[in-house]
Amino acid sequence: MNKIVAKRRLNPTVTLMEIDAPEIARKAEPGQFIILRVDEDGERIPLTVADFDREKGTVTIIFQLVGGTTIALNELDVGDYIRDFVGPLGVPSKTENLKKVAVVGGGVGCAIAYPIAKKLNASGCTVHSIIGFRNKDLVILEDEFKAVSDKVIVMTDDGSHGNKGVVTVALKELIESGEEYDEVITIGPLVMMKFVSALTKEYGIKTTVSMNTIMIDGTGMCGGCRLTVGGKTKFACVDGPDFDGHEVDFDEAMERSRMYEDFEIEKREENCRLYDLEVQ
Amino acid sequence: MRRNMSLEKNKMPSQEPEVRKKNFLEVATGYTEEQAVDEAKRCLDCKHKPCIAGCPVRIEIPEFIQKVIDRDFEEAYQIITRSSSLPAVCGRVCPQETQCEEKCVRGIKGEPVGIGRLERFVADWHFKHSDTKVEKPKSNGHKVAVIGAGPAGLTCAGDLAKKGYDVTVFEALHEAGGVLVYGIPEFRLPISVVQKEIDTLKALGVKIETNMVIGRVLSIDELLEERGFEAVFIGTGAGLPRFMNIPGENLKGVYSANEFLTRVNLMKAYKKDASTPIQRAKKVAVVGGGNVAMDAARSALRLGAEKVYIVYRRSEAELPARLEEVEHAKEEGIIFKLLTNPVEILPDENKFVKGIKCVEMELGEPDSSGRRRPIEKENSEFVIDVDSVIMAIGTSPNPLIKATTKGLETENWGGIIVEEKTGKTSKDSVYAGGDAVTGAATVILAMGAGKEAAAAIDEEIQKRVKSKE
Repeated sequence: MNKIVAKRRLNPTVTLMEIDAPEIARKAEPGQFIILRVDEDGERIPLTVADFDREKGTVTIIFQLVGGTTIALNELDVGDYIRDFVGPLGVPSKTENLKKVAVVGGGVGCAIAYPIAKKLNASGCTVHSIIGFRNKDLVILEDEFKAVSDKVIVMTDDGSHGNKGVVTVALKELIESGEEYDEVITIGPLVMMKFVSALTKEYGIKTTVSMNTIMIDGTGMCGGCRLTVGGKTKFACVDGPDFDGHEVDFDEAMERSRMYEDFEIEKREENCRLYDLEVQ
Repeated sequence: MRRNMSLEKNKMPSQEPEVRKKNFLEVATGYTEEQAVDEAKRCLDCKHKPCIAGCPVRIEIPEFIQKVIDRDFEEAYQIITRSSSLPAVCGRVCPQETQCEEKCVRGIKGEPVGIGRLERFVADWHFKHSDTKVEKPKSNGHKVAVIGAGPAGLTCAGDLAKKGYDVTVFEALHEAGGVLVYGIPEFRLPISVVQKEIDTLKALGVKIETNMVIGRVLSIDELLEERGFEAVFIGTGAGLPRFMNIPGENLKGVYSANEFLTRVNLMKAYKKDASTPIQRAKKVAVVGGGNVAMDAARSALRLGAEKVYIVYRRSEAELPARLEEVEHAKEEGIIFKLLTNPVEILPDENKFVKGIKCVEMELGEPDSSGRRRPIEKENSEFVIDVDSVIMAIGTSPNPLIKATTKGLETENWGGIIVEEKTGKTSKDSVYAGGDAVTGAATVILAMGAGKEAAAAIDEEIQKRVKSKE
């Protein structure tokens, strides 16, 4: 049982929570994730560690309301407990020996990209952050990124905030203008990471992606998170979640992420109906 | 007393196949007192007691059976628990036909004594009728850590706790039990049975910390150096699923048996209102011939599948599953495609499974395992229409402990290298046992290893105490 010590709504569909988890906070590194279960009989879902405070003993998670579990989680408030909270899992992101990096985040993926940008910045690396959202209402962590980046470009699909367009447009411009990156680190929807990786491949820039797959145990036991990287099967939970973006089979990963689409839609509708009943 | 000279065991009362294949309730319902006493009387109480040697934890079998005849069921239970920490579990899942019962004199002509069924009866009787409180032994002040709350870890923890050790079991999942709760299905081993065994251990003073992934949140060195544990036992099992590396294995609808069974059992996806999703496929192929394959096939059937195939590359004689599981599976209508090997899984237009392409096999000369090697027949390809495939072809030890523990030697396939009979690893004060050492084996072998390690840990710590005096 882990206590929720802070909760903040970042936008209508994205919530931040700080969780009291001293043992995990002691060890967590950017790029790692936790698995949680909201209540007895609940589903186990993986969420990437968005931040941690070793002194306070807290771990920050940021999640989008996509299915039954995240909606139930969002119902909890400060002072409530999360039934199960386990981590840190996965291999930490490699941030050593980098001098100049473009961090490309999309949507709620920015929550995962942020601690990496923060760590890079703290190590003296030049950080250019490109963060993309559908529209201005969905923008999150803009100030946080500004605090840890040498340059921040905000992109929105409809141009309602920052520049209009997708993140690859901004990344391409930066590269074309002569910026030379040791590495591009990109985290967001699979389709976004696919196109970022395709772009950087043209320029021969090493690219790391974070694969947030379907998972159960998170310790290498179920293989539900498997994906193909460089023609070989890898488990996102123990071999990743970071992989070489130029080697990942994104089309397969996108298909696999849709395995339980119908179930999720059904659960979401069921929860919304319950919510409607409560409101009435 | 009159011995029962019947050549056959008392039949195990069970749910009818047509009924049970539609529910997750336990298949075998257990002996009545009368049946148990009648079966116990089949024991000849022979002089050399070969059955005990067949038991990996050396239960005093004839002694407990005598107590069943005397209708002193509680005393029978106490005799079993001197050797076994999980009698209700072992009575259900042990492969008795290759252990105690294989050695039984009655088996020379006719069926051996139903030792497993009697063990189960005794344990169930105890949980149902006994109010004997487990007494917490007097503490000896020494702390031992156990990694993994499966059969090996729980046995090691129980034995050490009985000797007065302060034992903490660290479990990665949210529930203790290991393969007993994530792997073996409810209809073969109800979670409530496992829970009772775990409650007994807790009453002995064993602490269980769930949601602790050792290797990530704490390392073995930290447990020894910072957290005051004097010894560590690794019982992390063999949880890493193997795949065949054939085309189509990453299609939607292809599961490892671990994933499928974890969703069904631990995450309770068999319940209609469960929050963990599972594909309720109509036609399922399970690849493999072990107990795990039978469990997966029978679970798929209970989830509503109309046709479930076991696809196995050798013949019936080589099926590694317990005989009883194979018989139960057949009774329930599982279709056995023997001497059949998959070569490709075929997709539909949405990248879900549409079929499994197989080849026919024939048996050649014996291979290194002593079993006849299956050889592919030429031009024998055929397709079975299925919408889900479950790979139950084995598991390897989880690599996390190995990757995060300096000085721990392992085989190149991942098994932790230990000294025989003690479970001592290459690292000081660290012991290991169960599937983490042997690769996937049985619950009882893991328990045997946990038991031996507990004795060795006790010996080492007591030796240290003496040398300080």
